[in-house]
Amino acid sequence: MHELPVTQSLLKIALDHAEKADAKRITDLHIVVGELSSMVDDSIQFYWEIIAKDTIAEQAKLHFRRVPAELQCMTCFTKYSPKSGELICPQCGGVGAKIIAGEEFSLEAIDVE
Amino acid sequence: MTQRVAVVENILNANDRLADENRARIESAGVFSINIMASPGAGKTSLIEQTLPRLKGKLRIATIDGDIATTIDSDRAAAAGAQAAIQINTGGDCHLDAVMLHGALDQLDLTQFDLLIVENVGNLVCPASFKLGTHKSVLVASVPEGDDKPYKYPGMYRGVDALVINKIDLLPYVPFKMDYFERGVQVLNPGVTTFPLSCRTGEGLDAWVDWLIQNSTK
Repeated sequence: MHELPVTQSLLKIALDHAEKADAKRITDLHIVVGELSSMVDDSIQFYWEIIAKDTIAEQAKLHFRRVPAELQCMTCFTKYSPKSGELICPQCGGVGAKIIAGEEFSLEAIDVE
Repeated sequence: MTQRVAVVENILNANDRLADENRARIESAGVFSINIMASPGAGKTSLIEQTLPRLKGKLRIATIDGDIATTIDSDRAAAAGAQAAIQINTGGDCHLDAVMLHGALDQLDLTQFDLLIVENVGNLVCPASFKLGTHKSVLVASVPEGDDKPYKYPGMYRGVDALVINKIDLLPYVPFKMDYFERGVQVLNPGVTTFPLSCRTGEGLDAWVDWLIQNSTK
């Protein structure tokens, strides 16, 4: 449900940057979505088709690059991807990890004409 | 000709900027503020109901309740002794965001309060992504929800400053392994302040109330 305001934000950021670049049309958006961010590609796509209508981004394709979750143990500094149902370090069994990837949610670039 | 424009902008930036504005506003009035988040039924409103009478005469409290459609929560907060109880109806949205809090703050004279309690919409996923601008985020977990929640909803457990574990009076009756639960919490949020308590029996509430007093009178 929260993808609607998020998609509006996405459109605004893209249009602002397109205007600065004097673009006539936005053809592609490159979006980065971390596994731990609570964003659903399909919902963003769904709202996009409605809200981008009648803007210079109307025909733009959305490309999602998914970033898997990566944690780093703060005891032995091993980097690992958490398994379903278990978060402790697979190397030393330590608790207290830092999330180093997977929370991203950003617009990386746009392609314009 | 197609040209690539580098953007690299966090899509939630607009929300975060407004959250900073909310924070400045709350801070300049000298108010301590918390954002209470939890799944539906964990006991957010019960916790507020139990907290308010214990702070009577000690702190002046305003509550802001987020709910999809009803005023049940703000009515309960007002009945429990909140000096002001504002209701935000999100109209279907699954979380509060900085814009909604901004609008609610307009309805309060913040200088009249010591503590602002914001009760988020019951949801264990989205509220973590939307900063409001409050000083501390509090997650209310509850024993009957199960001990696997930190593993299934890491975003919520990771970002909070305090964790309340409600309904501990039910521990003898449900298969909740506290060590498994706490291990998940410790990985995501090492050393997070934790308050095991029961809103029904009152056990453990004193430590929680003391924490609020300490933070509000700093």
